[in-house]
Amino acid sequence: MNQLATKNPFGEDPWSMPLADIDVSRPELFQTDTLWPYFERLRKEDPVHYCADSQFGAYWSITKFNDIMAVEKNHQAFSSAWGIVLPDRPEDFETPNFIGMDPPKHDVQRKTVQGVVAPANLAKLESTIRERAATILDSLPLEETINWVDRVSIELTTQMLATLFDFPFEERSKLTYWSDMATSGELAGGPTPEPVRRKALLECLEVFTKLRDERIEQPLATDLISMLAHGEDTRHMEPMEFLGNLILLIVGGNDTTRNSISGGVLALNQFPDEYQKLRDNLDLIPNMVPEIIRWQTPLAYMRRTAVEDVEIGGKRIEKGDKVVMWYVSGNRDEEVIDHPNDFIVDRPNARHHLSFGFGIHRCMGNRLAEMQLRVLWEEIMQRFHTIEVVGEPTRVQSSFVKGYSELPVRLHARA
Amino acid sequence: MTTITYIEHDGTEHVVEAENDSSVMRGAVDNGIPGIDADCGGECSCATCHVIVTSNWMEVVGRPNDTEESMLDLNPEREPNSRLSCQIVVSDALDGLIVNLPEFQM
Repeated sequence: MNQLATKNPFGEDPWSMPLADIDVSRPELFQTDTLWPYFERLRKEDPVHYCADSQFGAYWSITKFNDIMAVEKNHQAFSSAWGIVLPDRPEDFETPNFIGMDPPKHDVQRKTVQGVVAPANLAKLESTIRERAATILDSLPLEETINWVDRVSIELTTQMLATLFDFPFEERSKLTYWSDMATSGELAGGPTPEPVRRKALLECLEVFTKLRDERIEQPLATDLISMLAHGEDTRHMEPMEFLGNLILLIVGGNDTTRNSISGGVLALNQFPDEYQKLRDNLDLIPNMVPEIIRWQTPLAYMRRTAVEDVEIGGKRIEKGDKVVMWYVSGNRDEEVIDHPNDFIVDRPNARHHLSFGFGIHRCMGNRLAEMQLRVLWEEIMQRFHTIEVVGEPTRVQSSFVKGYSELPVRLHARA
Repeated sequence: MTTITYIEHDGTEHVVEAENDSSVMRGAVDNGIPGIDADCGGECSCATCHVIVTSNWMEVVGRPNDTEESMLDLNPEREPNSRLSCQIVVSDALDGLIVNLPEFQM
């Protein structure tokens, strides 16, 4: 496979190096797309793996589908209250939010905003999404190299996000900027210096605080800011907790769908027979959507922290240990998913994947994400015979956000 | 075998012979009933096999346990008789059971 042949940035051989030296949390492995053999080896030889030393300290890797499910289900032993990403929260800049909480507080805060992405509400949004997708696609030049990430993936998800927040539409690129700042910090192994990240997030807080103050004076509406402003359990949130929940909703609604939009184009190019299968039968789009989300796995992992000694896959995890559920690996687990490295648009049981997580922290916006992808692909297939990838994608330097900053493509119209 | 009726949100009825000791979710999925996704495959971890049990059956079917309750509780479209069908075990006692499917799974 071509992805296995990519040059390793550390000059290592993932198949022969000592197991104990394997550290899959290094962002460079994701940036260079060289992560796959490491995870393949861990699934075979040491599926619950201990890494004693990394830039994030010691951590356990859970790499098999069913072990990940077991951790997801046991939220009593595997807490989210220490955060859901590898780096510990900086003590002088804590931004608590409900994904990083346990019940009961998690439940009340999540319930306050869940309604905005409930399927009944989404049905009303579908025509808006379709209109915007059409406008974006119609503006693209044919037979010319363009960056699909900027022109389509970011543009469409940002517009959607602005609608969900009822954020001033002309200023919507700020949402993308804050989202990128939130996830690219140096503490998480990314390129953004911490002071720059904090400055951006405080600006985000300031803008949203103003919007919240305005909306509290108005009757309850169906946008996220209004819901947080009026919600019984969220109206008195401390500023940093308000910020934490904003970041969660911005990143959750932005990065993930954005990178699945780009990933789908890449997948169809790597598997041209599947692209043809799709052209021949557009009814496959709804089934292709979860397959894109599995194949891309836009968030590579979620972290938990053991709050008691617990055994998993025959290993003893001790109270206080960091535990990382590698969705990106579980989604390629050959014991649960047939031909897991292949992208198959008519894959049976395609919805059985880990990308949304399972249990009480399961992705709240999963149906919105699926709907956006479905509508976009319906509109794409009306217009273009092929979206041809004409160069290597540029991948993001992060082991958490598995995504792209550039995907050069040329569009060929339908005959 | 136990007879179970699934009623879609638009009123379409599906009558199925389900195997005892399997789940009400499996009865739907194995017989191609639309409207039950069951993304997690029966682990009580996704809440996409949500059904609303007709009230006269609620006593026989029983209430959700704590894990199921924690998943159902996050669903804004939850109703008093809501259950996750992967957690309802098929037995002779359920012969004739009628469940309604919600408009959407989430």
